[in-house]
Amino acid sequence: MSRGFDRVLSEGDVLRRRASILQRIHIDGWLLFLLLVLATIGLFVLYSAGGKDEGLLVKQASSFGLGLAVMIVVAQFEPRFMASWSALMYLIGVALLVVVDVIGHNAMGATRWINIPGVVRFQPAELMKVFVPMTLAWYLARHNLPPTFKHIFISGLLIIVPFVLIARQPDLGTALMVLVSGVFVLFLAGLRWRWIVGAIAAVVPVAVGMWMFVMHQYQKQRVLTFLNPESDPLGSGWNIIQSKAAIGSGGVFGKGWLLGTQSHLDFLPESHTDFVIAVLGEEFGLVGIGMLLLVYLLLIARALVITLQAQTVFGKLLAGSITLTFFIYVFVNVGMVSGLLPIVGVPLPFISYGGTSLVTLLSGFGILMAIHTHRKWIAQS
Amino acid sequence: MPPPIRLKDHERDTRLIRRRVLFAGVILIFLTMLLMLRMYYLQVVQFEHHSTLAENNRIHVQSLPPTRGMIYDRNGVVIADNRASFSLTLTRERAGDWEQVLDSIIEVLELDSDSRELFEKRIRQGRRPFEPVPVMFELSEEQIARIAINQFRLPGVEVAASLVRYYPQKEHFAHSAGYVGRINEKELEKLDPVNYSGTHHIGKTGIERFYEDQLHGQVGYEEVETNARGRVLRVLNRVESVPGLDIYLTLDSRLQEAAELALDGRRGAIVALDPNNGEILAMVSQPSFDPNPFVTGISFKAYGLLRDSLDQPLFNRVLRGLYPPGSTIKPMMAVAGLDAEVITPNSRVFDPGYYQLPNHKHRYRNWNRYGDGWIELDLAIARSNDTYFYDLAHKLGIDRMHDYMTRFGFGRRVALDMFEETAGLMPSKDWKRNRYRQPWYPGETLILGIGQGYMQTTPLQLAHATALMASKGKWHSPHLARTIGGMPPVVDTEESEDVVLRNSVSWTAAQQGMENVLHGARGTARKVGEASQYRIAGKSGTVQVVAIKQGERYDRDKVQERHRDHALFIAYAPAENPAIAVAVLVENGESGSAVAAPVAKQVLDGWLLDNEGVLKAQYQTAAQRAQAEVKP
Repeated sequence: MSRGFDRVLSEGDVLRRRASILQRIHIDGWLLFLLLVLATIGLFVLYSAGGKDEGLLVKQASSFGLGLAVMIVVAQFEPRFMASWSALMYLIGVALLVVVDVIGHNAMGATRWINIPGVVRFQPAELMKVFVPMTLAWYLARHNLPPTFKHIFISGLLIIVPFVLIARQPDLGTALMVLVSGVFVLFLAGLRWRWIVGAIAAVVPVAVGMWMFVMHQYQKQRVLTFLNPESDPLGSGWNIIQSKAAIGSGGVFGKGWLLGTQSHLDFLPESHTDFVIAVLGEEFGLVGIGMLLLVYLLLIARALVITLQAQTVFGKLLAGSITLTFFIYVFVNVGMVSGLLPIVGVPLPFISYGGTSLVTLLSGFGILMAIHTHRKWIAQS
Repeated sequence: MPPPIRLKDHERDTRLIRRRVLFAGVILIFLTMLLMLRMYYLQVVQFEHHSTLAENNRIHVQSLPPTRGMIYDRNGVVIADNRASFSLTLTRERAGDWEQVLDSIIEVLELDSDSRELFEKRIRQGRRPFEPVPVMFELSEEQIARIAINQFRLPGVEVAASLVRYYPQKEHFAHSAGYVGRINEKELEKLDPVNYSGTHHIGKTGIERFYEDQLHGQVGYEEVETNARGRVLRVLNRVESVPGLDIYLTLDSRLQEAAELALDGRRGAIVALDPNNGEILAMVSQPSFDPNPFVTGISFKAYGLLRDSLDQPLFNRVLRGLYPPGSTIKPMMAVAGLDAEVITPNSRVFDPGYYQLPNHKHRYRNWNRYGDGWIELDLAIARSNDTYFYDLAHKLGIDRMHDYMTRFGFGRRVALDMFEETAGLMPSKDWKRNRYRQPWYPGETLILGIGQGYMQTTPLQLAHATALMASKGKWHSPHLARTIGGMPPVVDTEESEDVVLRNSVSWTAAQQGMENVLHGARGTARKVGEASQYRIAGKSGTVQVVAIKQGERYDRDKVQERHRDHALFIAYAPAENPAIAVAVLVENGESGSAVAAPVAKQVLDGWLLDNEGVLKAQYQTAAQRAQAEVKP
């Protein structure tokens, strides 16, 4: 024991530098810089994808500004404070999902919003993207790692309840992301490999069951079109055919900014939301996509460093889950637009148009910053 | 020995998480490489392929809308038809400066700026590239000619033939079959965008709305190659659309017509149905309206006239009209009283012309203020004696009354496939506490016994309850669709529960009373019964539209026309073997037995008599049949 204690105090876990200004206001300079780079790229692409609509740019930029503000506010919270409130926030989030479920079914259609006119309007599902990993990290960090069967079982329940509620809205994309963020916490907490292999083996019968009993017609349609896009050229197949043509025709260096024919002649649907990377691929080519992925990788690398340097188990688990989930966003979106994965309606972080996802993502990065900048100090001698 | 307590080992946890993070990092780099490989494949290996595809993006997909299913009556008379109609379409990509083209259209057809605004709105609605958007419907021959002459000024403009809904029966089936109209933005959000990609109309009310999915069909598409100017060169691939299913209704257009004639232009409603299976044979709500203008878009002025008319032609009285049932409720009350054993067929009540609750001053009047003396059930129904039913209601009590009347379908939706049916109201103690925060008063039970007070029913519910009387409680949900695509409609039988009595003799007693309404010596509608070739069981009802004070009497001269009493009559026939049940409502008709009963008789005749006015053979009793054979 005493040997381990010594190591804790003598290695890089403990900071011996004076705090910089950014650190005092709990901001991580590297993350902030990379986020701003991504936002800038996003605005350039969006200007082209949105048909040179300045109004769209202003809206997106102000959403980003709002997101930054939320991020800075979140970064001020002590991670320990977050941990102590996570269970309650989780319960509130689930309650809101139930409320949306009830309202939605009364209104005879899909409703994802809580709307108090003039006060607030938001999707509870977005909250769960943060609360689910936070609650799991809090729960698992209270016990020894790796988790025992009982802990895994309770964690599974904590994931499944919001997953089912969100999938019922129906919003399979968000539901899957919430599921993934929770599973990552379990993975990082040392879920045994035989469990992981077993779960993957169990996916097949579960998938068959979902197909037969749970999935909506339009979701089935999406999977079918993914397997054979040409089967439905009037509907979702059109998107994949056109987005592949857009990306492919970009070549190595692209056609140049604002010169993409596919996106500007209205061939590409949803070109400024989920399919925005097709515009980037057409106008900036393989090089442009490579650069963008590189920036994403740098951002993720920094976030993983923060994960490794976190001092508490809670901090490590939460930071790691947020980072890996962020990567999954990028991977699923690029994969689906390029025809590798089915269309599940996941936006490309910081590039796709849409305020809600921006604010959620940035508050996630706010948590990362909080974890990094609230570490315990030893005064410089 | 207790198991050893495991201490929290922070060091061990940290190492575990570090291993996992590094593993995830490796996977993450591997997946990113996979994405780059995919992009390399698309952008470098397949570059030529995609480049040509994008360069000559000339392959377009056009949807082929399905033909909407037809609607027929039970004998094959067309109720909803599809008629060829010409519309003007504009393809934005081919028009060049489409706003200028729009100006030219306005100029050529000499239209006003309102139309231009409408056209512009239609063009801006969500659509796929190179899709012709219809901007104007129902072109006249002259307009088609003008467009043809000026074609050179109108790039991207075409006259397209399409099938548009037409209702040859006009106002006769507007309230049952309903109509289609242009898809509005709210509906657009909920529709399957693929299946409706070529469709411009959707069912708005009635059968058209209820069976929209079955009537619509499945969209088809064709892939066409166009030249640089957008003209179609050849069709590469074609998948035909699947037309919607035809629906045969249970309605009989001859009976419908007979029923409308019987109402003779008065406001009101008639429902006739077959008590053996719940098929609606006629469904009249007068006045009605011609649904055809709604299909292509009714003008604001014409719509305003219909909407603001005092006679409310757009209002479906059969499904949504709420009326107190009045004395027509008495046969069902009698069944309830017999089954609950608070009365017997022979128990007697003395009627001095009014009824008083013990220890109360208020007198509940009989319609005959001189009183009928000692009276038993049979005569009470035939004479429509109020005092007897006040007494019955008092003995039965509100709870049991609510229970029985709900089983007869009051206060709940009874139809299987009708859009926007109202449940009506069957009051109860709980209902009153929730609605008015007041307890239930005994006096309210009494007036409920003669179908007045809070109770509200639709003509459909009355007809259905009459059918239950005729079938001795066998529940058949009223429905309009007989076959859909040649198959009987799928029926959800959960809601339908037969009315089962402890002793089925109770049915016979109440039915006997209903027969005596028309054929008894003192029946209220004996004049109608006397002229009938077959035996009818029925019950009249006259309900107040405005309240009359204690001690005053109804004086028709003092009351405005629209405040006069509503006339009701329910009946089924032939009494021995019921083949049709009918409910008639004549708004402000004043007398159930004098006004509504003859209307009901005409409807029954329309179904039971043949063209020469002779009772059809299948409806004759054995005795009548024997007599008919002797005659010739």
